[in-house]
Amino acid sequence: MTASAVPSRIHFPPSFVNYQVDTAYDEMFSQPGVPREHYRALHQTLLKLPPEELRRSQQAADLAFLHEGITFTVYGAKEGTERIFPNDLLPRIIAAREWAKIERGLTQRLTALNLFLRDIYHEGRILADKVVPRELIYSCKHFRREMRGLNVPRDIYVSICGTDLVRLPDGTFAVLEDNLRVPSGVSYMVANRKVLKRVFPTLFRDYGVWPIDHYPRELLATLRSLAPENTAYPQDPTTVLLTPGVSNSAYFEHTFLAQQMGIELVEGRDLLVHDNLVYMRTTAGLRRVDVIYRRVDDDFLDPLCFRPDSSLGVPGLFNAYRAGNITLANAIGTGVADDKAVYAYVPEIIRYYLNEDAILPNVPTFLMSDPAHRQHVLQNLPTMVVKAVGESGGYGMLIGPHSTAQQREEFRLRIEADPRNYIAQPTLALSCAPCLIDGTVESRHIDLRPYILMGEKVTLVPGGLTRVALRKGSLVVNSSQGGGSKDTWVLREGAIGDDVLEEMREKLAELGPRLASRRPEGPSA
Amino acid sequence: MTSRPPRNFYVQAFTRDTGMLSRVADSLYWMGRYIERAEHTSRLVNVELQLWLDQSPEVGAGRWRFLLEALRAPATEGPVDPTQLLNTLVFSRTNASSVVSCVAAARENLRHVREQCSTRMWEQMNRLYLHVIEHRPEEEWILKSHDFFLSVMEGAFLFHGITDATMSHGEGWQFIQLGRYVERADTLTTLLETHFQRMTHQFDGPVEGAEYLEWVGLLADCVAQEAYCKAHTAEIRPLRVAEFLLLNPEFPHSIRFSVDRVNAALHLIGDLTKRPGKLPTRIAGRLRAQLSFSQIEEIVAAGIQSYLENVRKECEAIHSAIHEIYFDYSIEAELAS
Repeated sequence: MTASAVPSRIHFPPSFVNYQVDTAYDEMFSQPGVPREHYRALHQTLLKLPPEELRRSQQAADLAFLHEGITFTVYGAKEGTERIFPNDLLPRIIAAREWAKIERGLTQRLTALNLFLRDIYHEGRILADKVVPRELIYSCKHFRREMRGLNVPRDIYVSICGTDLVRLPDGTFAVLEDNLRVPSGVSYMVANRKVLKRVFPTLFRDYGVWPIDHYPRELLATLRSLAPENTAYPQDPTTVLLTPGVSNSAYFEHTFLAQQMGIELVEGRDLLVHDNLVYMRTTAGLRRVDVIYRRVDDDFLDPLCFRPDSSLGVPGLFNAYRAGNITLANAIGTGVADDKAVYAYVPEIIRYYLNEDAILPNVPTFLMSDPAHRQHVLQNLPTMVVKAVGESGGYGMLIGPHSTAQQREEFRLRIEADPRNYIAQPTLALSCAPCLIDGTVESRHIDLRPYILMGEKVTLVPGGLTRVALRKGSLVVNSSQGGGSKDTWVLREGAIGDDVLEEMREKLAELGPRLASRRPEGPSA
Repeated sequence: MTSRPPRNFYVQAFTRDTGMLSRVADSLYWMGRYIERAEHTSRLVNVELQLWLDQSPEVGAGRWRFLLEALRAPATEGPVDPTQLLNTLVFSRTNASSVVSCVAAARENLRHVREQCSTRMWEQMNRLYLHVIEHRPEEEWILKSHDFFLSVMEGAFLFHGITDATMSHGEGWQFIQLGRYVERADTLTTLLETHFQRMTHQFDGPVEGAEYLEWVGLLADCVAQEAYCKAHTAEIRPLRVAEFLLLNPEFPHSIRFSVDRVNAALHLIGDLTKRPGKLPTRIAGRLRAQLSFSQIEEIVAAGIQSYLENVRKECEAIHSAIHEIYFDYSIEAELAS
């Protein structure tokens, strides 16, 4: 190898010069220039690879996404254009012990929230005991009175959940939002992994990463375990995925999941209800349906029961549901538990039902209906994030540090007019992770959305969707506002420090002297 | 020979459920029809433009009307302007049967059932669509249009090839074939009807001169020149042409061939949905028997016009029956059964 004997431009490490470490927790570096143990191998690889090759890899990945059809489809009046979902090539790595805590924390949280939902739609003990104020629940726009006294299979209301976690500056994971209605994004988790395995095969193998490809299978098993008791085929209940249709922005995900699970992708017009049984219309006649994984919001499910102008739903569905002849996942009315004001009570909810402390803390939250809280927030609006309680996806928000005086005044008026509808949180410094920006490595803010399944058992596929605010300094990770995503690697128990890694370290040590001479290029510079 | 598992062995062994969503089958069926219609229209217009170069202006004007009729396009008053005509047949979005409208409709149908098709199929359909919407008709363009029509036809061939190679030949595939051949039988019948209405020439004996071009044109409309020559030499005898395009069991653009395919697809769909012997299969079987056992001399003696009219009506009946049995059946009747 003459190239290694004569140092040449090819071995120039990619500059970390643009990499900034600020007050936020940095996933890769424990202090400038010193990578955390579980990031060391990636760090070394990045130092080794020339920027040109990194750029090429990113292009290869982008192309793979395009060819796989993993795109957002934007349809104009006549002609369709497709955009790829931005993907960042560098994996986000989570150590085994960190994941173990997340797993326990999310299982605990979802268990408690399901108990809570059962309780408020039945006896309402927690309300009677004044742990959660009654008026808070009854004033929630996602509270469904229709669900009172209705029993759902296994008492599981939320069987598919995608909780948003953030990492605070001290390194602890905290829950930012519970998404208990129709969380999306899981197809990108699977797709990111598929592409990354192709781009970094060796690194992936050496790291000892838990696989996630079995998510669709686990999802199907979860859905089936919730089939109604009177199904004609207890071994193999008929399961379908209900989509609002091709114009929905998550339609790609619906087709992906249906295909991967091997179940029918149905629209409302494919289903009908007769004698409180749900059927789908097939070429071989009507076939009874047992479980619906619905990606349609509560409001649109049944025009006879909810919004009468909905053409996405199935007339009579709610009656069939009430009669126990069909399972909906998630159940109707789960939105009450991810109301942002109810969120503030989740630690108490966990304590009430499970007699445990919350393993994953909440982010400090101020309720605008509380006069003391409100006063504090209104005095400190420029440092606060204000959110409308019933919204999701980044709508109805005020981000204090990036707001104008006029916007703040507007929110002040809105809060004072309807305090129940708002909460505020201090602006969080989301943790940062290395991202590949135009061939060099820079730090960007990220969050984490793991997907939890609850049926016969609780399943957490080790991984999740790490969303990235690709714009420099931005704290907004939503895909509509310059957000992207990256693969999330959860390491196996003992992966760090075990044989494979030792071997790799030895290999890397050979390269050591050369790398050491390049150190000044690192972030400490 | 060793004994083979029965047909659909796997389907019967491993799945309890039969049948696919009616909406999906409907979309695939219509996609098959639209892509066939786009190809057919492109072929006819292309042949016409080639003939136009060979013909005297008076004869040429007559053929434009024939083209409109053969494609069941809205007839126009007064002299026909070629640019305007092409616009109607190829580019117009108001004419639902124009090439662009058909490709767009095929794509729209496929888009709604995208999870049913392979990625390659979708890519090819999209490519074809993007290709056709780019073009605009202009005076000079007409003379250079050959490449365009060729690319549409080839785009359709490629789509069918990809479909055959990458999609399971199950029920969904059968519905695509069904749509494709119902459409072909129907459009061929209309083309022949229009042609025989115009050509009241006696059927026996060779044709010459201007008439010769008309018959060659008809063969070209059905991509049949070479196949016909192989069977009957280059001498054009109307009786043999009629026989070839109507009754030949081996040539893919004959009515007999298309109806055979419709019949085969319906039988398989009947098996797969456990509904054999339903109405569409019965009508298709009847039509197939007619075409299999008819002789061209008898047909001509009894009047070819009425024979073709009957074929067209049977095609329409098959279409309605498919719709009624598989896509839009009465729920009450179904629940009662």
